[in-house]
Amino acid sequence: MTDSQLLMSGKKGLIMGLANDRSLAWGITNALHGQGAELAFTYQGDALKKRVAPLAQSVGSDIVLPCDVTDAGSVDAVFESLADRWGKLDFVVHAIAYSDKEELKGRYIDTTPENFAKTLNISCYSFTTICNKAAAMMNDGGSLLTLTYSGSERVVPHYNVMGVAKAALEASVRYLAEDLGKTGIRVNALSAGPMKTLAASGIGDFRYILKWNEYNSPLRRNVTLGDVGGAGLYLLSDMSSGVTGETHHVDCGYHIVGMKAVDAPDISTV
Amino acid sequence: MSDIAERVKIIVAKQLGLNEAEVVEDANIIDDLGADSLDTIEFIMAFEEEFGCKISDEAAEELLTINNVIDFIEAEISK
Repeated sequence: MTDSQLLMSGKKGLIMGLANDRSLAWGITNALHGQGAELAFTYQGDALKKRVAPLAQSVGSDIVLPCDVTDAGSVDAVFESLADRWGKLDFVVHAIAYSDKEELKGRYIDTTPENFAKTLNISCYSFTTICNKAAAMMNDGGSLLTLTYSGSERVVPHYNVMGVAKAALEASVRYLAEDLGKTGIRVNALSAGPMKTLAASGIGDFRYILKWNEYNSPLRRNVTLGDVGGAGLYLLSDMSSGVTGETHHVDCGYHIVGMKAVDAPDISTV
Repeated sequence: MSDIAERVKIIVAKQLGLNEAEVVEDANIIDDLGADSLDTIEFIMAFEEEFGCKISDEAAEELLTINNVIDFIEAEISK
């Protein structure tokens, strides 16, 4: 195939929230890069900058910008930089969430108002404001993608306030899809099964969650970065041109399961 | 040097961009080797994956030096 035949050739997009080479955003980045997309990245803080910069370089990108989504000026500066550099934008990947680690164990009911507000602000509202800024640069349609988890739909131990934030995020995807649909801009969420990422390291008993999913998902395995990358590429490319407002599960089918698989071992501890 | 010590040093050196020789056993991972807070989380994940053992948050807080890590993993594996 020549470059012009690649799915993402000529398309420019922003990846927000890449942390390292285990990140879901990295799986998506690789799939996009493999199909000819031109990419820019944001990071929050120096610890992440030193991780993101070499990854960006490895996919031929020299646009690596600081962004603190709780600071409106910082978000504005990112889109001003992209307007200067590219003039237009075709897609955004939002892979950003936060909650106090102490509240990702124990009971949801004990969530503090401070952490509730901060979790919802960073994990849900940030996507709304980013869609607003990005849409202003999407004159020819576009695709906006965020990451979620099925702890939004059903109770998953320890996911707590993050489950509530992801439920809000998925609801906001539907409203954003309506707001932006008239201009040909699509908004979707990718609901990945559990993966051992930096973000997951904050979730209690994560190893148990991984084992449970491996034993009980219809595909009898956990998802890979390749699975997430392929689905992300689909949602960001014209392959999904008729899809918006969707929460797309990439979880080896786990979301359809109602009960432990007959052949799954009983795991009290793993 | 034990096989476990060797594997621990390889993981730490790779993560921090150091030569293996620089990762001496009495080195403090943060103070001497310059690991930041994200490195320390990534180490725990890498050690768990490499050695198939579970390292709790509480145990992880005690793993300050390369020796601490080696001792912990040797104890876990022999359980």
